[in-house]
Amino acid sequence: MGEKLLEVFDLRTRIGRGPRAVRPVDGVSFHIRRGETFALLGESGCGKSMTALSLLRLLPPAGRIAGGRVELDGENLLALTERGMRSVRGNRIAMIFQEPMTSLNPVMTIGSQIGEVLELHKGLRGDALREKTVELLDAVGIPDAARRHGEYPHQLSGGMKQRVMIAIALAGEPDLLIADEPTTALDVTIQAQVLDLLRDLQKRYGMAVLLITHDLGVVAQMADRVAVMYAGQIVEQAPARRFFDTPQHPYSRRLFQALPDSSKRDRPLTVIPGSVPPLDRDFTGCRFAERCDRAWLHCRTQAPGWFDTGADAGVLCHLFDPGLVPETAPEATQEAGAASPEAPAESGSQPLLVVDGLQVHFPIQRGLFKRTVGHVKAVDGVSLDIPTRRTVALVGESGCGKTTVGKGILQLIRPTGGSVRFDGDELTRLRGERLRKRRADFQIIFQDPFSSMNPRMQVGDIIEEGMVAQRIGGDRAQRRARVEALLQQVGLRPEHAGRYPHEFSGGQRQRICIARTLAVNPKLIVCDEPTSALDVSVQAQILNLLKDLQASLGLAYLFITHDISVVAYLADRVAVMYLGRIVEEGSVDEVLEDARHPYTQALLSAVPDIEPDSGRAIIRLQGDMPSPANPPAGCHFHPRCPKARDECRRAYPPETALSPTHKARCFLLP
Amino acid sequence: MIKPVLLWTDALVFLLVAVIVAFVLYARHREHLRTPWREVLRSRLAMASLVVLAAYVLTGLLDSVHFRKALPVKNGQQEIQYSGEVLSLFDLLMGPVRTQVEKSYSAPFAVRLYTREAVIGPDGVQRRIYPRLRYGGRHLADPDRERGPDIARRATLAAAETAAAALLILWLSSWRLARRHAETPRRMARQLLRGDLDLPWRTALATVSLLLLLLFMLYNLAGAYHVFGTDKVGQDVLYQTLKSIRTGLVIGTLTTLIMLPFAIALGMMAGYFRGWVDDIIQYLYTTLNSIPGVLLIAAAVLMMQVYIANHPELFETMTERADMRLLFLCLILGITSWTGLCRLLRGESLKLRELEYVQAATAFGVARATILIRHLLPNLMHLVLIAVVIDFSGLVLAEAVLSYVGVGVDPTTLSWGNMINRARLEMAREPMVWWSLLAAFVFMFGLVLSANLFSDAVRDAFDPRLRQRQ
Amino acid sequence: MFAYVVRRMLYAVPILIGVNLLTFALFFVVNSPDDMARMHLGMKRVTPEAIEKWKADHGYDRPLLYNAQAEGLGRVTDTIFFEKSVRLFAFQFGSSDGGRNIGQDIGQRMWPSLAIAVPVLLLGLLVYISFAMLLAFFRGTYLDVSGVVLSVVLMSISLLFYIIAGQYVFSKLFHLVPISGYQPGWLAWRFVILPVAIGVFAGLGSSSRWYRTIFLEEINKDYVRTARAKGLSEPGLLFGHVLKNALVPILTGVVVVLPTLFMGNLILESFFGIPGLGSYTIDAINSQDFAIVRAMVFLGSVLYILGLILTDISYTLVDPRIRLS
Repeated sequence: MGEKLLEVFDLRTRIGRGPRAVRPVDGVSFHIRRGETFALLGESGCGKSMTALSLLRLLPPAGRIAGGRVELDGENLLALTERGMRSVRGNRIAMIFQEPMTSLNPVMTIGSQIGEVLELHKGLRGDALREKTVELLDAVGIPDAARRHGEYPHQLSGGMKQRVMIAIALAGEPDLLIADEPTTALDVTIQAQVLDLLRDLQKRYGMAVLLITHDLGVVAQMADRVAVMYAGQIVEQAPARRFFDTPQHPYSRRLFQALPDSSKRDRPLTVIPGSVPPLDRDFTGCRFAERCDRAWLHCRTQAPGWFDTGADAGVLCHLFDPGLVPETAPEATQEAGAASPEAPAESGSQPLLVVDGLQVHFPIQRGLFKRTVGHVKAVDGVSLDIPTRRTVALVGESGCGKTTVGKGILQLIRPTGGSVRFDGDELTRLRGERLRKRRADFQIIFQDPFSSMNPRMQVGDIIEEGMVAQRIGGDRAQRRARVEALLQQVGLRPEHAGRYPHEFSGGQRQRICIARTLAVNPKLIVCDEPTSALDVSVQAQILNLLKDLQASLGLAYLFITHDISVVAYLADRVAVMYLGRIVEEGSVDEVLEDARHPYTQALLSAVPDIEPDSGRAIIRLQGDMPSPANPPAGCHFHPRCPKARDECRRAYPPETALSPTHKARCFLLP
Repeated sequence: MIKPVLLWTDALVFLLVAVIVAFVLYARHREHLRTPWREVLRSRLAMASLVVLAAYVLTGLLDSVHFRKALPVKNGQQEIQYSGEVLSLFDLLMGPVRTQVEKSYSAPFAVRLYTREAVIGPDGVQRRIYPRLRYGGRHLADPDRERGPDIARRATLAAAETAAAALLILWLSSWRLARRHAETPRRMARQLLRGDLDLPWRTALATVSLLLLLLFMLYNLAGAYHVFGTDKVGQDVLYQTLKSIRTGLVIGTLTTLIMLPFAIALGMMAGYFRGWVDDIIQYLYTTLNSIPGVLLIAAAVLMMQVYIANHPELFETMTERADMRLLFLCLILGITSWTGLCRLLRGESLKLRELEYVQAATAFGVARATILIRHLLPNLMHLVLIAVVIDFSGLVLAEAVLSYVGVGVDPTTLSWGNMINRARLEMAREPMVWWSLLAAFVFMFGLVLSANLFSDAVRDAFDPRLRQRQ
Repeated sequence: MFAYVVRRMLYAVPILIGVNLLTFALFFVVNSPDDMARMHLGMKRVTPEAIEKWKADHGYDRPLLYNAQAEGLGRVTDTIFFEKSVRLFAFQFGSSDGGRNIGQDIGQRMWPSLAIAVPVLLLGLLVYISFAMLLAFFRGTYLDVSGVVLSVVLMSISLLFYIIAGQYVFSKLFHLVPISGYQPGWLAWRFVILPVAIGVFAGLGSSSRWYRTIFLEEINKDYVRTARAKGLSEPGLLFGHVLKNALVPILTGVVVVLPTLFMGNLILESFFGIPGLGSYTIDAINSQDFAIVRAMVFLGSVLYILGLILTDISYTLVDPRIRLS
């Protein structure tokens, strides 16, 4: 164990003034040793990013640090002058941010953005500066660094931009690197690359890393020690190994239980009811009490103290107070009967939707007469069956065309080729009124619960809209009654109908969206990443709801996602997409347990596992997904494929049936 | 006997008022519509400027109720003949200020003409003197001595009246607020004066008192003196500048009212339908936009002048002709100024149509017209509102410039632009005649400044980008 | 690049045709040439002969669109539409209703216009950007707040007031510069200095407030936070990062008006007696010389479209994100 590099004592941060000031950081203490990775884990709005910004004194204009100490090598940063602080930033502590897309200056070359730090803190000039910049670009794995030096950020992919951000951070050779959700905006395969890079660099430079994330998997892969934040406080701290073996705080334990995976398929996920409390009020008791299954009266009236539970470990919870005997603190048991019975297998045999050779090409137009000079082949020949009462997951990284498949099926984007047969109707040929009438049968739930409802309409009107458009549900009074019934069905209250969307949290909004689609009695719902904007604890609520509804209403889902754990929990069949085509398809067990396509294998291995030493070989993919406007010849995947052969470069591989339900497109398969 | 006259601009002004009243009634019980407005009024500057704007609007509205008086019935005449002069309610209220016309220039508060005149005295000798005014300070026997004290007395009276009126308003408003907040009026009044309420009622009250002071001053002084002097033909400058308020307001509001339907409909359609609809609409506004605004206005106004001159039979009175010209100016200004908003709305519609709630509506099979009206329009209205309030002050200023260029309102219409245009030549006189110019600038500045301050607050409250920053 | 410019020029053709048709309709369809003749001759004593003579003198004695009497091509070319509208495409402006050669006048008068407009633009940019930077640097402080209020007050004052007050103070009261007039050559500065100063000052309020908003928008972006995390100082941030980004909208907004600078400033030139195109236009409007107004409308449109093309080109030069396709 190294010496302590950074020590934070009782840090308090306020945003705004007066009694309604928000307190995102409310008495946070921790320390980081030289060379170690310390992870700050928490859901959105818990104050973890604000903690990081407070360390560097980079708070937004309304924010200020209200108390505490931040000591870097014994020197209190909060007492430094602004000028003194500037020599710390980028020099002794560097930071990388979540959004690589916007975090770089768009009108400066990446070389000059890195060089700026070298000039400022290392005093480098001229050739030495350029040399060092190229060296740094090289170090973060940017190919052809000497040429890339003069490029602008928009010429780089997201992963490359994050590498540049890391190079900027490295330039000052900092003792501490703060990484604020460094891979959240990236795809899993790219995330794996970036995390690898961070680990390598940390070893090479001996930096300490403060890793801020919401992702337990990332923590498991990276961290030496973990602190869990909840509502502005650290509620648990422990060495990583110990944390993943035996999480102590009820919140931490629930977080693990809420994670979906294949082993929990047959039962509903454990949920944490409610959502994170707003931080603009005073708390009398424990901040987690109202969502905690083990809370008792004492928790609501008395704020808990910090109890050490071992070396470097402690919990903020009354349960660990040796002076208190919990009155009743039973471990929560699963509510009985909630397990959804598996639908009988036969009912899933006849397909509700048959997609055959679906193509969605967007023309690239140029010139005076809008000549078409090429096509973006967003979807290029996708075939897929969705049986009734079943969930088919469509998995892929961003830009692979999975969302376009969903919209193409629903005719929100008109396909340029192929056929979509729904219950005997050829949707691609339906027009006007006939298509409009048919639309009740297939609906969609979107990713972003904030933009999927018109902010100027009441929830009741939003839910009613589909019924009005489809002219179903009887007269107005009957429709209103149905709206109220639907709200109850998705776990909201009837009086919510009179409110506006902004009055609801993300999870509640997603419930409203589900109610809205149910209003027209659909047979198929396309779920387009419905939980990826939500925190783990809320995601579990929505997944449970979707599963319940499938069982009770016999819905079929096309579940579009990039999240393998959700797929493992929810899906019956899985189709993996890469660059507009499905590369592998099969039942969920076949694909997840016995993936045969190299891309599927790489994708699965890149997902960070919460078992710190699962001993899994991780297949690292090189480079980024190519543009669908100009896909590589032959197998689309060959430029990144570790097993590519000559024939892969020449032709697109044919479909190979591996079992009656499992097929893949790869030359390597028998 | 009077005969009401509904000018075209009157009708449109009242239509606008009706729309605003309808919106207020609609928004009263809708929290999401009310909230941003409360936000606007929470700013003290916005509250004060709103009160000032209200005073201007009130003047303008009074000046928009037009009628013609019956002429005295002559012997043996069966039909009632009406005067060719169109008056407004405001003219009646102004009473003597309108009718007391001097011979020529006189300075503010003057009792004598500004120019020397040859007068044949009682002794038969012709002398060049500054003769007494016909009306200004007529009640004074010895104007040189009595004028100062007289003005002071009247001003003091006005101050006393203001104090009384302000107290009355304070009492009335605390009483009303007390009923809403379930408080005693006394406690409410104290809170109001300390500025403890959620809206800056104190600022509103102070502004109202200030305006009342001005009103009472004018009431006490304007009848006896020409507060802002008189112009070349001896007409009271105060009257002129107050009459100009209506012209400024009409141009500032009707122009946007006329262009809004086009801008909204075309902008939304271009953004939502895209394709050839978009091409045509873009072509339309690029073409219109490429003609320099002033020149297009000049060309159109010149052509209209020719047209009106060649068709005198279309208008019953001078006022109606001037009114038609005013309306036409609004139309032309509207045609030249809708392109900016249209482009803005097109861009926003392009973004909105990709939003998930619009896609969801499409997935439900909601008709396209319904999507435009229910989903796009309400989410564009904040942009429209911001554009309207920002355009207003620009248009008021533009009127002055256009009238100077000679393509503004009719020369017989009283407007700040016309006043400045005429007074410009008077600047060259020795000694200078400055009061017309000053009066026009001061009143125009008051309107434009309060409109600008108000629009700032509106933008802060309605622009989501600005809101996020706070 | 060259191909792109050519293509953009071709885009401009239908727009110019539209402008041309619009002005033609406005000038010849709303009112017939007879109406205009009557207007020019004065309403009272107009004889049909006088009208015919006026029309013949000014070249309006032809059919509007189609000449049935002419032969061959003349059926189309010997018309008012061809003579007065189509010829504009070749920049043949013809002669004014007062009998002067418009093309020649424009050539002479654009120089004084530029002598006013160019300094106003350049000086203005410098002043506004500096002022806006100052406010952005002190954002949130009382200096910023009072600067914004001052801007709002300044932009609430009519341009006419600035001119009249400026003329009164500097020319009439202190006799520092001539009240109006112009002299070609280097001595022009004495006549130009006051209108330029007033032109710059009149735009101070609105422009610097707008630029301040642009600066603040940039300051709130993520890349500024990155730069701050590097340890850059506040001036280093403003000049090194924010200014570069903010200049993109500011400069491209300026480029669009560059060509129209030739048209001069109507109000300033008229008040200060500068013999530029602005006062030319005003005089034409006041004397109802339609031929000049028509020519200026067309010229203005051409220059505006040129400005749009230049804007697109300048974007590609200033903003690395935009590359010509």
